Parts: sequence; C-alpha cells; structure tokens
Amino acid sequence: MATVDLDNIKKRFGATEVIKGVSLSVQDGEFVVIVGPSGCGKSTLLRMVAGLETISEGELRINGTRANDLEPMDRDIAMVFQNYALYPHMSVAQNMGYGLKIAGLPKPEIAAKVAEAARLLQLTELLDRKPKQLSGGQRQRVAMGRAIVRAPSVFLFDEPLSNLDAKLRVQMRLEIKELQSKLGITSLYVTHDQVEAMTMADRMIVMNGGVAEQIGTPLDVYERPETLFAAQFIGSPSMNVIAAEAHEGALHFGGVTLPAPTGITGPVMLGLRPEHLSPNPDGPVEMQVMLAEPLGANTLLHGKLASGAGFTASLPGVHRVMPGEASLRLSIEPQNLHLFDAETGRRIG
Amino acid sequence: MEKRVTFKGWLLPLCLIAPQVVISAVFFFYPAGQAVWQSLFIPDPFGLSSRFVGLGNFEYLLGDPYYRSAFVTTAIFSTLVTLTAMVPALFLAVLADRLVNSAGVYRTLLIWPYAVAPAVAGVLWLFMFNTRVGVVAWYLGQLGYDWNHVLNQGEAMGLVVVASSWGRISYNFLFFFAALQAVPRSIIEAAAIDGARFWRRFFTIVLPLLSPTTFFLLVVNVVYAFFETFGVIHTITGGGPQQATTILVYKVFSDGFVGQDLGSSAAQSVILLVVVGLLTVVQFKYIEKRVHY
Repeated sequence: MATVDLDNIKKRFGATEVIKGVSLSVQDGEFVVIVGPSGCGKSTLLRMVAGLETISEGELRINGTRANDLEPMDRDIAMVFQNYALYPHMSVAQNMGYGLKIAGLPKPEIAAKVAEAARLLQLTELLDRKPKQLSGGQRQRVAMGRAIVRAPSVFLFDEPLSNLDAKLRVQMRLEIKELQSKLGITSLYVTHDQVEAMTMADRMIVMNGGVAEQIGTPLDVYERPETLFAAQFIGSPSMNVIAAEAHEGALHFGGVTLPAPTGITGPVMLGLRPEHLSPNPDGPVEMQVMLAEPLGANTLLHGKLASGAGFTASLPGVHRVMPGEASLRLSIEPQNLHLFDAETGRRIG
Repeated sequence: MEKRVTFKGWLLPLCLIAPQVVISAVFFFYPAGQAVWQSLFIPDPFGLSSRFVGLGNFEYLLGDPYYRSAFVTTAIFSTLVTLTAMVPALFLAVLADRLVNSAGVYRTLLIWPYAVAPAVAGVLWLFMFNTRVGVVAWYLGQLGYDWNHVLNQGEAMGLVVVASSWGRISYNFLFFFAALQAVPRSIIEAAAIDGARFWRRFFTIVLPLLSPTTFFLLVVNVVYAFFETFGVIHTITGGGPQQATTILVYKVFSDGFVGQDLGSSAAQSVILLVVVGLLTVVQFKYIEKRVHY
C-alpha cells in the first residue's frame, strides 16, 4: 500500500538528457501504465523508480518519503523484468522464496508464503522445476510470484508480456490486471503496446522523447488527446493526420470542407480516427481505396485522398473493395474532429 | 534437425581426420606405447643393455617411500596451485567487472603475466627470492625474516606454488571475466531488488552461474599443475630441498634423465597417465553434476 510521487524527474547520461522532467502522482492501489515507442525513456523512468538508475534531478517519493538515494532493496518494491530474470540454478520455489530468505524469514514461513503465491498463480505443480523446464507463460508467472510473495508496496513491470506469443499475452494481461486489483498493490507498468496500455491502465502516461505527452485515463487520452503524438500513438489503426487551413468556422484541405470550431484560424493539423469515419454517398471526404484488410468484425481500407495524402478508414463489417479502383465518400461527426496546432502539436480543439 | 554431414566416399573423410590421427599417433600413442614397453625393462647401469622384469618396476615403485612422498607432494602442490591460480583470478575478475572507467587498461595489464613463459617466470621469481641477491629476500631480511627456500622445505614449496600460479592467474582471470560479463544484468538487478547485497549476490547468484567456467578452469588448472609446472620447478628448486618439491612429473624427469633409470621413469609416466585419466573421470562424473549450465 503506497503512493509514488515523481516530481520533475530528470535523467542525464553525460550531456544527453533522456528524461526531461516527468511529474506524476500515483495513488494508492492505482495501476499506471507508462507507454511509448522504444527509446522514449519509459524503461529508464521505471528503473529510476526501482533504484537501478540514479536520478539526475527531481525528487522521487514513495509513500511520501524521499527515495532518491535509497538502495533498490530499501524501497519496498518488486519488479518483473522483460526477460523474467529468474535465477536459472534455483527451483521455482527457491526463486520465489529468495527475497524472503534474504530477509531472514524462518523456513516454514517462507514455504507457507511461497505455497500461497503458487496457489494464486497456479504454480503449485511446478514448484520443484527449474526455470529452463518451464514454458514462457509459466516463467512469466514465476516472475510474478517472486514479486508478490514479498508483499511489496509497489509493483514495477518492465514490458513483462513482450516475450510471449499473442494469445498468451492477452491471457496474461487479464491475469496480471486481475491479480493487481485483487491485491490492491500500487503498480507501474511499462509497455510499448498501446493495447496493453488501454486495457490495463487505470491511468496512463504517454511518453515521447523523454517527455510525458499526456497523463490521463485511457479513454481520456483516446477521446481528447492533448498532443498530436498522443493522438497518433493511442488507437489502432492510428489516427489520420492532415494539414488543413482553418478560417471562418471551416476547415479546408484538398478541396474538402469540414466545419470547424469558431475562433481558430490559420494552419492546423486535423486528426480523424479511422473508426470514426462512416460511408456516406454525400460525405465530404473522398478517398481512393488502394487496399482492403478484412478483419472480420471490421474492414480497414487504406488509400489516399484527392490531395495524395495517405488515409485509412475502418468500417464495421465486411466491405469488398476492388483495390485501386474504388472511390469512397465518407463523413465524420464534428465532435470527432481533433485539431492540433501546426507548430507545437498541442491540442487546440 | 540433422546436423551431421554425410560423405559419399571414404577418401575425403579420411583426409579430414588424418591430421588429428597423425598428430595423436606421433605425439601420444607412440610415446605412450614406448613408455609402457620400456616400463617392463631395467637397463644396466651403463645403459648398454636391458633386462625384462615384467611388472617389477611398478612393484618397486609402489614400495618406494620416495615415490609415495612424491604423490603426496603432487597432491599438495596441485591443490595449492589450483587454488592460488583461481581464487585471486576470480577476485580480480569481480573487481574488474565492477569497473566502469578504463576497464580495458586494467584488463590488459592483468593479462600480461600470461605472456611470460613458465621457465622465465621461474627465473624471475628465483631472482626476487634469491637468498643472497633477491630483492624480496632482502626486504624480508630487513623485516627480520630469514628467507631461505634452498634449505626450508615449506618456503621452497611456497615459492614454486606462487611462481607456477602467477601467470595462470591471468589466464583464469580472462575466463572468469568473460563469464562474469555474460551473467545477465537483469538477474543481478532482480537479486538486488530481492534484497541481496553485493557479496550475498555474489555467493548465491553469480558464483553458481559461473560454475561451468569454474569447472572448466578446475580441470585445466589441475592438468597444468601436474604437467606444465616442470619448468618452474626445474629452474627454482630442482625438486629440492630433500625432494620437497619433487612432483610426479619432476620425478619422471630426474629418475629417467638424471638417474638414468629409464625403466622406472617409464613406469612412473604410465602411472601418471592413469592417475590423470582417473582424475579427469572423477571430475567429470562427480563435480560436473553440480554444475549448472
């Protein structure tokens, strides 16, 4: 049970600043996902919370007390690594009990706690196995088990699912989320997968280039992205972004005119989510369909606008389109238009 | 997946294995055969004729107190050399592994002693500890310690052990260092988060992960101590004082080429061959089971 506060945390490697001041308050029991493309500094941020990297500037508080200079072991945290980092020479039980053994707990107590965690994670049958005798999903569970037996204040997850196959990933995603809410332990979870972020997070922090682009609930970020980056990173397929010109309550691009919120003039970046487009013979947007990807429940249509800009639409159901020939008219509700400043990429409407 | 290569004829495969077979035959099977054959004879004092005695040489050796003491000496010597060559090497490797800056410089400096040939290393140590002109012996004298490895058996043993191990530390260091670098960082970090401090991590996590390397070095160093330390012993002590540093290999040499008893010498080398063979079997059978790959 703990809160984690990051107060303008920075990280420099030599002259390069990789984390450029991130502030975040994680509430007790909250599940916060740090999401971003590779190299955005999300893992570095997590490792600073863990104490595996030093903090160059700013303050980290765990449960209200400054933790910048604490050793990892003194922060009352547990971490699940991307490659699980299981001790290869120890059995599953020994792996899970290692931290307790270090803490000097009596053997029967360790055994009881390990058995309890194993039961929770359905590992009871595997306690005597070595890590190399386990499958990927089982190793993942052992890594989880090692984290939960110590009953830490904070869980840290560093891309724990990225080594699993797609199906297992969906299953483990649910299990982790379920376990976390059952145990109610404050968690920070790093991933590059926006679906994981959307499905697991109570709140997420979208990172890019060492900066927190947006912090908010998944639906907040989806519905009202604060920056162009957050808009394009969250949502699949990613948002169409078109350079447009706004004046007198209208948006113009490539011969298309859409209504615009009043008070905005000049060049803007216009964002349209593919799933917000609907086919309409009188729709204002005309796209040339080059390729159709039928996914069953919906169909992704890839093509371009009259201006030549690439464009994607996601339509419900199955649409059989002959590639290269079909032209399609689409419409979109005005409230689903996202407008960003052409210079700064910040949301303006 | 089938990884073996199948050849159609027999000429090419024969050519491919020929070099190995020829080398083994010329440098191992032939001399070993000779040794076995010679061990069955006793030459006369002038080396002009020899007489077949069957297993007489072996019988004599097993009853010979000098030979038995050479066994004990070898056991002590090889244990000490292996420990002295491996423990500091591991320690230095651990320290070098923690270095962030100029690790390359330290690494290179630590590897240099390996480039010194054993006999040369022996001469270096001999000069340093020479009872009359040696630098170290002089300083020890200043401290009130009368160093004399020519008379003192323990000091003689200590000196040959150090001189034999010194260059090997570099060799072992190199392997330990490479092995340490191969330990996944995240495992160390996981242990740190689990609450283990440096030396606890070292003994419970790192050392077990190094066990394949340690095992390999154990085998290699024991073989080294048995055979390749001849040069060091020959230059420093010549097996003395009072045979205190006469290990089995040295006795093979001194009985055969100094004492001219080729029969006994051959019998000793046959025994040595068997001993090393057994030792390696034991190492692989019992110690390897405890190695985690």
